[in-house]
Amino acid sequence: SAVHNLSNITDLSPLPDHILIELFLRTLRAGKLTERVLKLFIATGKDEVFSLIQALNIQVTVTPVLPTRALRPDLTSFMNEWRTIFSRFHLIIVKDPDLKEELKIPEGFNLDVYKKPDIDRVVGTSTSTIFSGYSCRYFGYLVSRKKYIISVDDDCYPAKDNKGILVDAVAQHITNLTTPATPFFFNTLYDPFTEGADFVRGYPFSLRSGVQCALSCGLWLNLADYDAPTQALKPEERNSRYVDAVLTVPARTLMPISGINIAFNREVIGPALLPSLRLGGEGKFRWETMEDIWSGMCVKVVCDHLGHGVKTGMPYVWRNDRGDAIASLRKEWEGVKLMEEVVPFFQSVRLSREAKTTEDCVAEVANVVKEQLGSKDPMFARAAKAMVDWVKLWKSVGSSTSSPGA
Amino acid sequence: MAEPATATQAAAPVVALLKNELDIVIPTIRNLDFLEMWRPFFQPYHLIIVQDGDPSKTIKVPEGFDYELYNRNDINRILGPKASCISFKDSACRCFGYMVSKKKYIFTIDDDCFVAKDPSGKAINALEQHIKNLLSPSTPFFFNTLYDPFREGADFVRGYPFSLREGVPTAASHGLWLNIPDYDAPTQLVKPLERNTRYVDAVLTIPKGTLFPMCGMNLAFNRELIGPAMYFGLMGDGQPIGRYDDMWAGWCTKVICDHLGLGVKTGLPYIFHSKASNPFVNLRKEYKGIYWQEEIIPFFQQAVLPKDCTTVQKCYIELAKQVKEKLSKVDPYFDKLADAMVTWIEAWDELNPTGPVPNGKAA
Repeated sequence: SAVHNLSNITDLSPLPDHILIELFLRTLRAGKLTERVLKLFIATGKDEVFSLIQALNIQVTVTPVLPTRALRPDLTSFMNEWRTIFSRFHLIIVKDPDLKEELKIPEGFNLDVYKKPDIDRVVGTSTSTIFSGYSCRYFGYLVSRKKYIISVDDDCYPAKDNKGILVDAVAQHITNLTTPATPFFFNTLYDPFTEGADFVRGYPFSLRSGVQCALSCGLWLNLADYDAPTQALKPEERNSRYVDAVLTVPARTLMPISGINIAFNREVIGPALLPSLRLGGEGKFRWETMEDIWSGMCVKVVCDHLGHGVKTGMPYVWRNDRGDAIASLRKEWEGVKLMEEVVPFFQSVRLSREAKTTEDCVAEVANVVKEQLGSKDPMFARAAKAMVDWVKLWKSVGSSTSSPGA
Repeated sequence: MAEPATATQAAAPVVALLKNELDIVIPTIRNLDFLEMWRPFFQPYHLIIVQDGDPSKTIKVPEGFDYELYNRNDINRILGPKASCISFKDSACRCFGYMVSKKKYIFTIDDDCFVAKDPSGKAINALEQHIKNLLSPSTPFFFNTLYDPFREGADFVRGYPFSLREGVPTAASHGLWLNIPDYDAPTQLVKPLERNTRYVDAVLTIPKGTLFPMCGMNLAFNRELIGPAMYFGLMGDGQPIGRYDDMWAGWCTKVICDHLGLGVKTGLPYIFHSKASNPFVNLRKEYKGIYWQEEIIPFFQQAVLPKDCTTVQKCYIELAKQVKEKLSKVDPYFDKLADAMVTWIEAWDELNPTGPVPNGKAA
């Protein structure tokens, strides 16, 4: 019963050692070892507790942070839908600086909210413009001090899997990030580290330990992340196919990395997720942006260079219907046309051997963007500059711990 | 879910796509009873049965199937000295079936593979799915996060360049297996009870530049596009290695597809794999392969084919040359294999002459 009453206890030191250990183990088994409870145990100062923590490899930094961009002021239904999954974690909510209305956030969460004045204070009023619209999430990534970040758009709810069970997107992202990725050879049974799967015949043994997974890209049921022309052509099409797989995106293979439902290891690749490409007509619907696609290409190139893995697949979130694809069409032609340049460009980028940290890699990519794309469209020149500025900003504001990236 | 479908007879009447353009190639040493289960899906098609092992044994084919059967004597008769490239006492001999076929498409399946059920309990027509995979384009140049965009209910995601949305022709369709997964011997020994019960409802294109382990148990391909690359190597009797036939074909095929701008898909359809082969026997066969693949994989990953290799045969001959140059030092076997690869192409061209040149003589 002590396990259930842990939320009411503030001091465990009066407990005899053997009871303390027993309580610790039972708490762990019951899945109730939250960060707060762990701190309670650590606060007892008992050696046995420390050795147990070390032996079981429990890390306080595993707690994810969820920056959620607030593009609409009323977050009540969003947060209530996610409550059972999010309430264990520390949340970072970043309000789009262009949003005028007050935010409505329900009670009962451990969170920090950042609004325009906060953003201005941290980065200065001239720099804070880079965080408008969907790019406000990058501010959250910048100020977080946790190891893992999970980022979900505020028009997404938890999805249900094929058995009708609610998907814990956070848990799945963490699993993806804490198990190895296998980018050098394709496993036909998908993620070999999933329960019930393994490497297939013909998979070289030397590649079976895999590499660290730096990025986990989730998917969407209902309103898939199509561009405006595609959704406008098929206005009724909704994604109802739940694909029960996670797979590693092979090295040197690029893909459109959507920012709607992603997670990453901030310590390893934090600086590579960045606000840089801004469309002339950048809007407030995902159809009207390409910032995440651009950022995602940078991340993949950097991961490929540094030997980190990127996974895609589960978890799914349920994305609510929003916006009018046909209305957005006008704005998004710009982004759609851009990809014709952007994709071949990133496919050709080769980073130097000297680029050994994530920051160095980003700086090099910025340089190549400036040289090769800058003259084609001022948008690219601005993007390159934004990338350079971001690296500086990350170094001054973003890193309390260094992120070697290797 | 890990049960084969039994109600295939009750399945709705099947429209046999590509009825006259596809051959089903089946290697066997046992019997073909498994065909009974596949009857509603396979009966409209022509079968090519390649009988491995003792040619004096008679393989009984269930009534009502249209087939041709080849045993070792037939192979020797038809190919003469070139028969040396076809494996003996190994299912690798199936590639002889690819060579003698006159059809555009091939579907090959093992005789311990049965009809699987999808999560709704419906019998899966694996052949139909393979045909869908082969008849729709592949997208090897950029990864689509919603998998095959040509499937019903899916499309290209935001950020996918429109210029790449036409895709390229699909050369091969690699299906998967429920129940007994295609593990190697060490994995089988460590996890003898593991069964694949996960139905992953996806087809995806394997990106350009990425190699994969191609399993021959449930495989279809466009013979006109990639046929000559599907040589299953020298395995079995008299050879130092076994159970790497399909792997070898898969690596060659993928390198050539990448060079020629063709696509390879993997994922659906599933079949139900019923028989787990003896892991100790497998270990003895695979043993050398497990070491050699550490050299073979980098070889294929780094293989570059010159621009003037514009046909599959030219690509394959060039690969054979590179195998001889670079892999012979791993083991003299690769020297033999390289020669056999050349013999295979010679035999292929003999049995599959290209059309007559304008003056009427065969090319």
